[in-house]
Amino acid sequence: MALQLLAAPSDPALLDLPWGTPLEDWPADQLVALPRGLSRHVVRFVRIGEAVYAVKEIAENAALREYGLLRQLERRDLPAVEAVAVVSGRVDDSGQPLDPALVTRHLQFSLPYRALFSSTLRADTAKRLLDALAALLVRLHTAGFYWGDCSFSNTLFRRDAGAFAAYLVDAETGELHGNLSEGQRTYDVDLARTNIAGELLDLDAGGLLHSSIDPVEIADLVVERYQDLWRELLGAETFDTGERYRIDQRIRRLNELGFDVAELTIVTDIDGRTVQLEPKVVDAGHHSRRLLRLTGLDVEENQARRLLNDLDAYRAAKDVQGESEEIVAHRWVDEAFEPVVRAVPKDMRGKLEPAEIFHEVLEHRWFLSEREGRDVGLMPAALSYVADVLTHKPDEQAVLGSRIGSPTVEADPWVEDDEPVEP
Amino acid sequence: MATVTFDKATRLFPGAERPAVDALDIEIGDGEFLVLVGPSGCGKSTSLRMLAGLEDVNGGSIRIGDRDVTNLAPKDRDIAMVFQNYALYPHMTVGENMGFALKIAGEPKDKIRERVAEAAKILDLEQYVDRKPKALSGGQRQRVAMGRAIVRSPQVFLMDEPLSNLDAKLRVQTRSQIAALQRRLGVTTVYVTHDQVEAMTMGDRVAVLKDGILQQVDTPRNMYDNPKNVFVAGFIGSPAMNLLQVDAEGGTLHFGGANVPIPRETAEVADKAGRKITVGVRPEDMAIVGDGQGLKTVVNLVEELGADAYVYGTADVDGKPYDIIARVDGRKPPEKGESVHFAPKEGHIHLFSTETGERLKS
Repeated sequence: MALQLLAAPSDPALLDLPWGTPLEDWPADQLVALPRGLSRHVVRFVRIGEAVYAVKEIAENAALREYGLLRQLERRDLPAVEAVAVVSGRVDDSGQPLDPALVTRHLQFSLPYRALFSSTLRADTAKRLLDALAALLVRLHTAGFYWGDCSFSNTLFRRDAGAFAAYLVDAETGELHGNLSEGQRTYDVDLARTNIAGELLDLDAGGLLHSSIDPVEIADLVVERYQDLWRELLGAETFDTGERYRIDQRIRRLNELGFDVAELTIVTDIDGRTVQLEPKVVDAGHHSRRLLRLTGLDVEENQARRLLNDLDAYRAAKDVQGESEEIVAHRWVDEAFEPVVRAVPKDMRGKLEPAEIFHEVLEHRWFLSEREGRDVGLMPAALSYVADVLTHKPDEQAVLGSRIGSPTVEADPWVEDDEPVEP
Repeated sequence: MATVTFDKATRLFPGAERPAVDALDIEIGDGEFLVLVGPSGCGKSTSLRMLAGLEDVNGGSIRIGDRDVTNLAPKDRDIAMVFQNYALYPHMTVGENMGFALKIAGEPKDKIRERVAEAAKILDLEQYVDRKPKALSGGQRQRVAMGRAIVRSPQVFLMDEPLSNLDAKLRVQTRSQIAALQRRLGVTTVYVTHDQVEAMTMGDRVAVLKDGILQQVDTPRNMYDNPKNVFVAGFIGSPAMNLLQVDAEGGTLHFGGANVPIPRETAEVADKAGRKITVGVRPEDMAIVGDGQGLKTVVNLVEELGADAYVYGTADVDGKPYDIIARVDGRKPPEKGESVHFAPKEGHIHLFSTETGERLKS
């Protein structure tokens, strides 16, 4: 078999997979039981070394196209799964050609939406998922990317300081343009709304949706949230020249949302009395970039904000106003962040990402301090957290049926009995 | 009545030198299946997207029925993009899968039930309406996806290269399914493909585009028999038409050793172009003639297909080599390396201006 591999530099062990066998017949011992979501194509997960890969069987030009798009998204630093390879030239034992396979790397610590709720999906979880999805869509649209199939199933979620960060999984219908037209944007959002409504109705039909949720109402929220965010980012604003503090306010609001303002267009009218403000080329990741620059830590946006807040508090407490930001940041990593992360015993490190652990320890510290009427301190809070909270959490490093205690994750949504994992 | 009108519709991408779609003028009749076809980059997909509302219109307008939809959002145009990637929801029944878009649009239950029943009947899924999708085969699941578009009862169906990811056999099968379905539903359909065979088999009419400009819109028969210009002549028909630049002196053109009379107006055009004219002859219209009575062609390859055979060869016209394709009787085809003489069958010659490419009277 003359296999053809179009690949980013990756694990050569990929070549050892049973490419001569149709994907749906791959032996169970090669596979990892990850929740699969609703896909039109055959999808399986395999583990090679430390990483988990998703393998999808699709037609050649679709595979190449999707691979190219995912690489482009990566280059633009947009949240998406990483394209690893397209394997073509596959033939089975009788010489019959098999469809090529697109290989992507499964995101560590990410979860499909069905794994994010036990028993039923409740309103507040649904809203947090929606927020993450709307933010992802806005980010993709500002970069000129039209998704064409935004849905919960096509997304992976990572915890982000109590909220979620969403990552694009399927780019099959995607298109990259310079700028999206209004028609494209509104259509894309409408598609998201339709897909989400469908997914929620499906959960409802399967008895997995909390009775308090109205699928259509929740789906409508994604449109609202998207529009709010979009307006916030790119809407033009007019105000009197005397109100220049509002420029600062606008920028601050955008930073809060995690977006960087690359440029501002400020136009004064002839009288010089009113000012029109229009931010341009906004790009998310403001806080995570700042944290990365200061500490080398690569975390989600909300997590970054949280850590930066703690960093600021540390600065104030240590009274090191004179020292450079970078030096203080490194001291904070050494003296505050790392000790907390190291407080987690090795066998529990797969449960949550370090930055998320730190966030939870900060929450736990607040909770304990409130209860005791005094600041219990970071390390005691960390130790208490490990002993009392973390031990009871399931692993999220990869939601693997065999690695987590006994929760059974719905590996195949086409099977009737579903028992989602505890969040 | 759902006619579709492109009225000098233009799309100019920012920074581009020329329009991606240039003053497109097409009137599509109610219930018509119109195919937009052309090579990559010709503007066919862009035209479809302009109709869908996914692409801005920079000039002219677009109408659906009497409504000017040029500035309407996609979802307000009463169109359905078929073969988008519809998901199949495992816990809902087939009927619920087909009808849920109507449900979220707030349509009354009985209307939904009615529409779903209608669609299920047309798609041969009646017995599955209350079953879960996992009971369905792959082909049936695809029909449920079509059902989702059908129940919305749109005025126009839009399809953008829906078969491009299928293997050849499945493509032919699905092609006829789509055509049959459209005939049954009678919904105006605009279909984009790069495959001219597909266009010619499926369309009531075909519109050929090149570089954003409409070349010809016609029935497949007419387009095949009377291509308006050299591009359409060479694009439509497989194997492609033979196109050669030959001498035309006075009222005669020289097809190798064959002298073919041409009308006076055509001769005049040829005269102005240095006595040259472009001749088109379809492979099936090439007849083998005696030595010196036609265009001498050296045979490079013979493709034997049973009753017919295709001869691929090279001919020299005024020192210029041309690739020639001719269909011959499959029982006694010429041999590789042999020299054969071809002349066009009478009445089956196409003439085009060498300068403009436009069709001339033959």
